[in-house]
Amino acid sequence: MDWHLLISQLLNGLQLGLLLFLLAAGLSLIFGIMDFINLSHGSFYMVGALVGASVAALTGSLLIAALAAVVAVFVVGAAVEWLVVCRLYNKDHLDHVLVTYGLILVFDSVARMIWGPAGAAIALPEALNGRIEIGDFVIPAYRLLIIACGLLAAAGLYFLVTRSRLGMLIRAGASNRVMVTALGVNIDRLYRIVFAIGAALAGFAGILIAPLTEAHIGMGNEIIIIAFVVVIVGGIGSVKGAFYAALLIGFIDTLGRSYLDDVLKLFLSNQSAETAAPALSAMLVYILMAGVLVCKPQGLFSAAGFNRR
Amino acid sequence: MKLSKPIIAAGILAALASLPAAAFAERVKIGFVTTLTTPAGVIGEDMMNAVNLAVEHLGGRMAGLDVEVLFEDDNFKPEVGKQKTDKLVKRDDVDFVAGYIWSNVLLASSKTVLDAGKFLISSNAGPSQLAGKSCHRNFFSTSWQNDQAPEAMGEVLNQQGVKTLYIMVPNYAAGKNMASGVERTFQGEVVGKDLTKWGKDRQLDFSAELAKARASGAEGLFIFYPGSAGGAFIKQYQQAGLRDILPLYSVFTVDSISLPRFQEARMEGVLGSKSTMFWAPDLDYPANRRFVRDFKARHGTYPSFYAAQSYDTINLIDSALRATGGDLSDPDALRAAMRKADYESVRGPYRYGRNHLPIQNFYLREVVADADGDWTTSVAATVYEDHQDSYAGECNL
Repeated sequence: MDWHLLISQLLNGLQLGLLLFLLAAGLSLIFGIMDFINLSHGSFYMVGALVGASVAALTGSLLIAALAAVVAVFVVGAAVEWLVVCRLYNKDHLDHVLVTYGLILVFDSVARMIWGPAGAAIALPEALNGRIEIGDFVIPAYRLLIIACGLLAAAGLYFLVTRSRLGMLIRAGASNRVMVTALGVNIDRLYRIVFAIGAALAGFAGILIAPLTEAHIGMGNEIIIIAFVVVIVGGIGSVKGAFYAALLIGFIDTLGRSYLDDVLKLFLSNQSAETAAPALSAMLVYILMAGVLVCKPQGLFSAAGFNRR
Repeated sequence: MKLSKPIIAAGILAALASLPAAAFAERVKIGFVTTLTTPAGVIGEDMMNAVNLAVEHLGGRMAGLDVEVLFEDDNFKPEVGKQKTDKLVKRDDVDFVAGYIWSNVLLASSKTVLDAGKFLISSNAGPSQLAGKSCHRNFFSTSWQNDQAPEAMGEVLNQQGVKTLYIMVPNYAAGKNMASGVERTFQGEVVGKDLTKWGKDRQLDFSAELAKARASGAEGLFIFYPGSAGGAFIKQYQQAGLRDILPLYSVFTVDSISLPRFQEARMEGVLGSKSTMFWAPDLDYPANRRFVRDFKARHGTYPSFYAAQSYDTINLIDSALRATGGDLSDPDALRAAMRKADYESVRGPYRYGRNHLPIQNFYLREVVADADGDWTTSVAATVYEDHQDSYAGECNL
């Protein structure tokens, strides 16, 4: 057993899991609290990456780029809620799907008009482009930064939801909308803020990943399906569930890609193992989801108290 | 039935209006299927620019016929590519169907074109099936068979004394062809191979695979990541610090589509990296000089190999029409003319094998900075002369 490789892969899994969490947290909040299915959540991820790339090219600073991306996506999220989404809360889930699918097309086309079909690349500063070496163990510095940022964002979100007044209102609004309104809370504004926070988290994930994969049109659509799997596995509306499910899926996906072919080679010929491993590892997370749906249809950490309309 | 005057008048008007069209019906229609949306759209745009430049260089006419090119977007999906091909063949009734970046899209679409008795010209994809058992008298290519460039790369690896190799390719038809190509000629040991997820939810974070490749202790890393995936890969390869311990050998990954992005991101690590290809912007042929110069003047960047193949596609069709004097009604004459490849190709002269794939040179290309400081690829050596793909023997034409 190669321990260096195993630790590297666990860190890679953690990094993927935290990115998925940033996407899934907003998706889960919006889905759980407002009962709104947002297929276009991945578009916020793309907008974050593209805006961040442009700001980084202008200022040369990744920090300013990240701040600008988060603020921009927060504003875009609030605008989308105000213009489109708030009219749909009382409508059917099918309407949500249709409208937000349309939004994906709109976002992709607008991004294509502004940034062109090639998207944009982000240059990393020297320090982040390097690696951290401890003995034989090597990990790219930027991946550690993603892990740190992901953990920070998770902690911040935990604090926001469980310890702050806004979080209290969010949880209360989810439990009983009418009562919260009767107590004089502006529930429409609350929903707008939740939607925008969810979007901003996705935008933050976008700017984090962009220096690795570049920012390009449709990048959100590549990851949104997996983010939905996280939401379903974790339990709809539960931020805690999204956190654990995202990490679980990050580890399963990464370890599947790393070790499945070796495992399969134990009882298959080399050639069939080589063919079967990629197919099987692509399916692993969906197999997990199917298993969870059979055993615990509410998800691993279903959000108790959330009334489903 | 008695027709009212206005209807008769309208009928006459309609007949008059259609007259000029009938009088100038002498035109050749070319359908061109490529990817214009999705992140891969950047490739399709390059091809479209090259097709338009080729038509312009011909003065918009082939053997006296007006040229009409209908571009269709395959959405990076085989099923959409097939639908668009159906439309070109059945509704637009084009004379030639060309284009196709992706092997899986071409394989899904080829039957429609060939069953309708039309000519199919691949401007990029070269799946082994169409080169071998499923070859067809009306299928031509201005590119290569998928295995050829990686076969040349295997040869380069042998020459450089590489003994152990790690392979990473996307999990689809062309990716598998690329892997089998390099495995066919590489004489050392393949110590690991990853087929990564591709298509709509393709994988762009290669952390797990790169960690495996590092741990494998291989002396070289062979990759094939076309389009924007290549940029993502090279960045992560560089960030993982593999340049000094695991040299990179690529095919169809480092080209003039990705190089400006690398330069923008100041990734000096890609300078000097090597790939194998049938063409390079600095190949010294008159047609190539004109093509590269005018493409650069128009679009500001070097043309990619996709563009070169698309430019040749138009000129191949032109050569066939010149040979028949603009007669589109005789497919046998058109086919016989195309088999001669009698035109000024940007790659220099080549000929067709019996499966209608080019028998051509393959070069080792190196990434360099040109006189203006722009990054481009330049021919470093000739790996194969007049190389034929290894599936031609399976073709019974």
